[in-house]
Amino acid sequence: MDILRFITAGNVDDGKSTLIGRLLYDTKQIYLDQLEAMESSGRVNEDGDVDLSLLTDGLKAEREQGITIDVAYKYFNTDKRKFIIADAPGHIQYTRNMVTGASNSNLSIILVDARKGVQEQTRRHSIISSLLGIPHLVICVNKMDLVGYDEAVFNQIVADYTRFSKKLHTRDITFIPVSALRGDNIAAASTGMPWYKGPSLLQHLEEVPVASDVNLDDARFPVQYVIRPLTASHHDYRGYAGKVISGTYRKGDKVSIMPSGQISTVKSVEIGGSVLEEAFAPMSVVLQLEDEVDISRGDVIVKQADNLEVAQEFEALVCWMHNKPLKSGAKLLLRHNASETRCVVREIQYKVDVNTLDHEEDIEEVQLNDICRVLVKTAAPLLLDKYEDNRSNGGFILVDETSFATVGAGMVAEVVY
Amino acid sequence: MSTRHLDYLDQLEAEAIHIMREVAGQFQKPALLFSGGKDSITLVRLAEKAFRPGKFPFPLVHIDTGHNFPEAIQYRDELAERLGEKLIVRHVEDTIKKQSLSEPTGRYASRNGLQTYTLLETIEEFGFDACIGGARRDEEKARAKERIFSVRDEFGQWDPKRQRPELWNIYNGRVRKGENVRAFPISNWTELDVWNYIKRENIALPNIYYTHERECLVRDGKLMASSDFIFREPEDVVVKKQVRFRTVGDMTCTAAVESVAFDVDSVIAEILESKLSERGATRIDDKLSETAMEDRKKGGYF
Repeated sequence: MDILRFITAGNVDDGKSTLIGRLLYDTKQIYLDQLEAMESSGRVNEDGDVDLSLLTDGLKAEREQGITIDVAYKYFNTDKRKFIIADAPGHIQYTRNMVTGASNSNLSIILVDARKGVQEQTRRHSIISSLLGIPHLVICVNKMDLVGYDEAVFNQIVADYTRFSKKLHTRDITFIPVSALRGDNIAAASTGMPWYKGPSLLQHLEEVPVASDVNLDDARFPVQYVIRPLTASHHDYRGYAGKVISGTYRKGDKVSIMPSGQISTVKSVEIGGSVLEEAFAPMSVVLQLEDEVDISRGDVIVKQADNLEVAQEFEALVCWMHNKPLKSGAKLLLRHNASETRCVVREIQYKVDVNTLDHEEDIEEVQLNDICRVLVKTAAPLLLDKYEDNRSNGGFILVDETSFATVGAGMVAEVVY
Repeated sequence: MSTRHLDYLDQLEAEAIHIMREVAGQFQKPALLFSGGKDSITLVRLAEKAFRPGKFPFPLVHIDTGHNFPEAIQYRDELAERLGEKLIVRHVEDTIKKQSLSEPTGRYASRNGLQTYTLLETIEEFGFDACIGGARRDEEKARAKERIFSVRDEFGQWDPKRQRPELWNIYNGRVRKGENVRAFPISNWTELDVWNYIKRENIALPNIYYTHERECLVRDGKLMASSDFIFREPEDVVVKKQVRFRTVGDMTCTAAVESVAFDVDSVIAEILESKLSERGATRIDDKLSETAMEDRKKGGYF
């Protein structure tokens, strides 16, 4: 069994909450007391069924306004997988929430209303999913019952979307005709659409290969914490605790410690004091090294053979997440895995139109929910990867120096030096 | 490209260990809140995996309402002894006296809400800047939106509008003086995941998690353990039943479920069969209003 993390983005009326409710209901994850709570709140749809969106809209303000504001996490499992749903709002004013939910997702479900076809928000959700490096997209053409389960309608939407999707980085795109309300092609095949031969949504979610989404080539081990028991039995023990964010580590591996560039050899790989043969992403382990080297939190243990260099200046895509706009010259804290350093945004290069992917130049200020390409310089050197090469070592957050609020999310696009 | 397969429990474990080490790395004075329940017992096992052969970089802290199950208290003391880790216990009773708090009275009287006062007092006494807790997002819909690092103001309050976006595996633990963080390493685990982990790791639990005969009061269709702490009314019906507890909180607000599950496997089978969610089956305090949990969290509760 493994885990699939996916995001659903959408607006109230495109049936997103109904789709999630349906997945939970059909996999028997909705419990009696939750149904009871929904019924007692008295919200039903036009057919008199309980409003499944009540399951996902958790906060008082959200239920009052009938909208999703924040990312909500939902869980269900089948015999094959555990599923973690990041349920994010879809409106452009909540782009930052979708970016947040997308950052940890391996798959994105995009809902298209069969009556409306590919809309601006379809494109926006696809573009954000692609920018965030989500490897798998599922286009659910919903409300097929309202177009008489017509194959031609579905085929037209597939053709329209395919033309648009050439702009995206995402290569794995799957189209499924569904009716979330009726349950067609959600957990079980639809009787209304014999012309559709593909898997149901749930079957696809169970089978889409995710193991190969993990980068096992580029070994990166950011040290979070140094274990020094200083007891009689472990007098000289120094264990470097961290998570293998990509790649693999074994005893005997020749390693470099970045940014200092000191070299050593892996003496042992451990977890909770027991020795392991090998550690691979995304395991949390302890590495012991042969040599006494100076290592502290924020250093990254990499393999010597990779010949890596650290950088202090790079270009990145940044999604701005705060009401106070970002201006060129802004000084911020930058957190990248276990490292934290000060940085300055030296230049705002262009803004990305999230509906079209077009660039808008001569930007003075970056507003909340904007995605921009910027040039960043850091006070301390960092070991960075391009986000498209290594998602787990190419993302960072920007933190306000006085309020400590998280104000931006960045993805490394190009390392300058 | 080569592939390796990491089982789902290993993935959850790796994430939780990573979060605990972020707490250890980012904060000066963290603490692990320990209740004696299965979720905090799971946290202790995860801390062993994260920090052994070293010591935990935090003490275990228990806020004792005085109405806990004696089995949980005994388990707590034995566990701290076996681990050789520091245990701090603070009593709600003392806070009630010191701050002249009024104890809730009546049919639903519980000290559960008063725990918040003692918790905040304890945070202040020791200067804790981060408290690790065993809350899970699957428990309740307000928790479904909780961050893994949840920033609280100096009154311990949770403001859903001030929550920081949390991206990738990067946790922002920077806080201003007086603020603190609640960190939830098993946010992404469900009740079933916790039990599967307990099974895999062969973790012993307080025996009240398994079937036993107990005298119970029947209240709103739920079975409450009969004890000196619970408010009794003449019409209360007392029954003897084979029960177990799905959650272990205060005796006054945690209901038992009828069960014959005697070991981990039979508990797992029962959860798979169950048609009531964990909190729905066992918590009186959530039933008081639709936003009971959201309201309590805003007031400083977990």
